[in-house]
Amino acid sequence: MNKKLFALLSILVIASMSLAACGGGAATEAPVAAPAATEAPAAAEASVASMGGAVEVFSWWTGGGEAAGLEAMQGVFAAANPDIEFINAAVAGGAGTNARAVLATRLQAGDPPDSWQGHAGQELIGTYVAGGQIEPLNDLYEAEGWLAVMPETLIPLISQDGNIFSVPVNIHRANVLWYNPAVLEANGVEVPASMEEWFAAMDTLKAAGVIPLALGEQWTKLHLFETVLLGTLGADAYNGLWDGSTDWGSPEVKTALENYAKVLTYANSDSASLSWQDAAQLVVNGDAAFNVMGDWAEGYFRELGKAPKTDYGWAATPGSNGVFQFLSDSFVLAVGAPDPEAATAWLTIAGSKEGQEAFNPIKGSICARTDCDKALFGEYLQSAMDDWSSNVVVGSLTHGVVANDSWKTEIDTALGLFLANNAVDGFQSALVAACASSGPCK
Amino acid sequence: MLRDKDRFLNILLISPSILAVFIFVYVFIGWSVRVSLSKWKGLNPDYTWNGIQNYLELFADPRFHVDIRNTLIFTGVFVFGSIFLGFILAVMLDQGLKGEGFFRSLFLFPMAISYIVTGVVWRWLMNPATGSRTSGLNLLFTNLGLDSLVNAWHTTPTWGIAAIALAAIWQMSGYTMVLYLAGLRAIPQELKEAAQIDGASRLQIYRYIMIPLLSPVTLSALIILGHMSLKVFDLIIAIAGKQLPLDVPAIYMWQITFDGLFYGKGAAIGILLLISVAVLIIPYIRHTLKTEAQQ
Repeated sequence: MNKKLFALLSILVIASMSLAACGGGAATEAPVAAPAATEAPAAAEASVASMGGAVEVFSWWTGGGEAAGLEAMQGVFAAANPDIEFINAAVAGGAGTNARAVLATRLQAGDPPDSWQGHAGQELIGTYVAGGQIEPLNDLYEAEGWLAVMPETLIPLISQDGNIFSVPVNIHRANVLWYNPAVLEANGVEVPASMEEWFAAMDTLKAAGVIPLALGEQWTKLHLFETVLLGTLGADAYNGLWDGSTDWGSPEVKTALENYAKVLTYANSDSASLSWQDAAQLVVNGDAAFNVMGDWAEGYFRELGKAPKTDYGWAATPGSNGVFQFLSDSFVLAVGAPDPEAATAWLTIAGSKEGQEAFNPIKGSICARTDCDKALFGEYLQSAMDDWSSNVVVGSLTHGVVANDSWKTEIDTALGLFLANNAVDGFQSALVAACASSGPCK
Repeated sequence: MLRDKDRFLNILLISPSILAVFIFVYVFIGWSVRVSLSKWKGLNPDYTWNGIQNYLELFADPRFHVDIRNTLIFTGVFVFGSIFLGFILAVMLDQGLKGEGFFRSLFLFPMAISYIVTGVVWRWLMNPATGSRTSGLNLLFTNLGLDSLVNAWHTTPTWGIAAIALAAIWQMSGYTMVLYLAGLRAIPQELKEAAQIDGASRLQIYRYIMIPLLSPVTLSALIILGHMSLKVFDLIIAIAGKQLPLDVPAIYMWQITFDGLFYGKGAAIGILLLISVAVLIIPYIRHTLKTEAQQ
């Protein structure tokens, strides 16, 4: 019995060692290739053999409405380009943390996918344009007439030096204040339009024993921070923060930081242990009155079986009426794409009315184009579509539009330290330093 | 004495693993050191010489100070807790009670679970919500009338990281118990009997005979647990996500490298982690090798 076991174990050990040795030998040729990369090239070769080309599209859409939406858009692509194979190279992981690490490794190894997903704006531009890894798409925009169907104020936010670098597929709004209509009514509180009104409303709610503001883990506090910056400074000065024309050390920014510190005092004490879903749920369950979250929260409310206007209401975050703080998933064209023609065909579909109408109702977002059919969308999304085509568009910080990744990480660190020590002055000087180190400030 | 043919065969057989270890461990350590001395920021490699600037910036970085403090608290609570609990459990199991095998497996099982699973379970257990949303351990304490034990767990300012260490203790104390149990079983029965004849009490036997004889086990446990706690990452991510009050060097390294693209600084954190683990491990390995050579 024991001997048998020993023999079995020895075989196992020897087998695994020889496997490890083989793996080692093979990997020496491409030491930095990511594990996920090994599959894709093989698939690409197979399709080249069958003629017509292939497009490998890299994303982090692996579940829920995102994956289903991508599939629907893939259907539109297949109908228009029957001889091009679509390779879905999606990597799982929330908000693309894992996918981006895999992509970085692939790019460093000189093995780019044809097109990949990224948050439109500086997250793409600061990382991949600076690295010379994506192509400008101005010709495609002109050929397809996209400049006429996308908001004028959007284009500069996804461009660098006049070059447009990505095709936004969907639009989410970051500056949404979600509220529980019944809780507000019971306490005689109106939906606040300015920071002052918001503070007054939250004072009333706090006195009544309701949690005034539901808040989650650190990134949701960064999200709240950007809406308070926007609400206090206004659209122009907010945009100026990101191009260097608004001074981070100014008294106006200090007022915004003080407002932010004050807003935090109204939040639930256990925020650090809540996800954004947990926090949003507090509002529809009637435990809390307000929540600031992007409009993907609406999809979550529907999932919970809640009805718009009765179980949850929405407004622009205080002080940001008439401003649409957006974020967007977009696709790029890789420099050195294995099949640039197929990649362009994919981008054409991604920016088309048909493609966006197939994707967005399923994903729960609105089209980047302003000419999509409103009948396809629910009540909230219809109101967002109206705002998207009429409001001033500014970009989100948390979701990669206005600041490059390095800058955002530094701001996030400054925010984290501020949450721990509550020192407004220290926060402001850290923000000034972050802008100098990774932003446009000199 | 080995014949030449045998020696040749030995070297041949061992060379693939030596080569693999050399390339995938030592060459990459060297490369990381080089990156940590460069200005690499952004996606494209940039090996511009930057001296020890990255290290100096880290030592001046208030976030890195938080990381060091957290690592020290975590290591202290985790190592002490696991060793203490592991020792107590081992002594209890050593009393020859019925069903020893069952309890041994029971205590050892948590070790077989991944930190992520532990984290998800403890995230729920250590829910700091108050009022009608109270759940997990806090709810248990309330229902038992132990309201003074209700606390904010990992959201406690400064000491929150110690709550994470609780989950780690739960996971690793069974392993420490096995180490100690093996140590206890290796102590010759005669020593205990001799002490008993000399009139030593049970407590004295443990204090003056067992614990001193177990010191090599304690050293192994210290080193194994210590280097694990320096590298802790997944447990914190699973319980609390990326939040600065619970930040440790490994999380900072991940975030600054892959989210922030500061490759140079990320490599510097990696090297500092490597050094701190090496300081703990190398003397132990040397000691072990020496003892083995003597045998």
